[in-house]
Amino acid sequence: MRSSHRTVGIADRISDRVREVDRTLLRDVLLVCAADGVVGLSFGAVAVASGTPLWVPVLLSVVVFAGASQFVFVALVTGGSSPLVAALTGVVLNARMVPLGMGVADIVPRTGWRRLVAAHLLTDESAAFTLPRRDPAERRAAFWLTGVLLFVLWNAGVLVGAALGGTVLASVDPGTLGLDAAFPAVLLALLVPALRTRADRRTALTGAVVAVAAVPLLPAGLPAVAAVLGVLAGRARSPRGGAR
Amino acid sequence: MTWGPEHWVGLALLAAATFALRLLGPWLAARVGGGPRAESTDALLAGLAVAVLAGLVVTQALFDGREAAGWARPLGVVVAGVLVWRKAPFLLVVLAAAATTALLRLLGLP
Repeated sequence: MRSSHRTVGIADRISDRVREVDRTLLRDVLLVCAADGVVGLSFGAVAVASGTPLWVPVLLSVVVFAGASQFVFVALVTGGSSPLVAALTGVVLNARMVPLGMGVADIVPRTGWRRLVAAHLLTDESAAFTLPRRDPAERRAAFWLTGVLLFVLWNAGVLVGAALGGTVLASVDPGTLGLDAAFPAVLLALLVPALRTRADRRTALTGAVVAVAAVPLLPAGLPAVAAVLGVLAGRARSPRGGAR
Repeated sequence: MTWGPEHWVGLALLAAATFALRLLGPWLAARVGGGPRAESTDALLAGLAVAVLAGLVVTQALFDGREAAGWARPLGVVVAGVLVWRKAPFLLVVLAAAATTALLRLLGLP
């Protein structure tokens, strides 16, 4: 991101910088989406192996597009739970979309079909890649790139996994590859640069503590939402733009 | 399993409600945003996402639902945390977390 060419024009330097940011962003986003693709592979395979018709995991991935809630829905339904209960459990898991959506609301178009598409592409990953960036153009680029690539690779993974459902690939466990540690690591690596002020750090720390404390008390999915209380700690003792 | 009408209803409900939740955030933000205090509102909205992501990091690192996730995963995330703190590149952070956890599991740690 640093340019050593002092003599080149300002416009060149800016475009160099943007291109370089884009390359880094593209590489990072591809890594995350590839990891998600592997999880999608396992979701498709597990769903078919546990007895759903092939198109069920495929359709779920397109219209729900939220990994954890898809896993839970399929596990509950194939385990004999009522589909209504399975759906509501999935909805609770996705409640975090509301505060995440408020955090990236500035890049969601105001009206039209683009607004609907942008909303559907909101995920932990697209919000996390957007959050540390301040420039509106960079925020838009990060959000759309992550959203679109994730949608493509996640659904491709699920489709291939579902097609291979009965075969040996169905037994590939993302845990063996350590992917369950990769996702919190991704969010951590994206969150830390977004903590610019002391208030941000207080918000994050308190949010983390509240979430852990809420795990025994709330259904799965809601502890992360309860973390919004961390904002109160971030606001406290920061009178009007102070605590920078 | 047999896929009946009640399963269709469940799938449609999950999809529709998830989409509604995704639209609700930007809709709410537009209600509270704007005006002379726009900047402090923006900071508040960003703070909500910061808090939720921090909550996701720790709950995903430590738990599977309500059960403890074992040792291999949290240790992988700790390695990631140290690398983030040392300002290591993103790629290295993520690969090191996955490799640490995979290796610890290979060695028999839960």
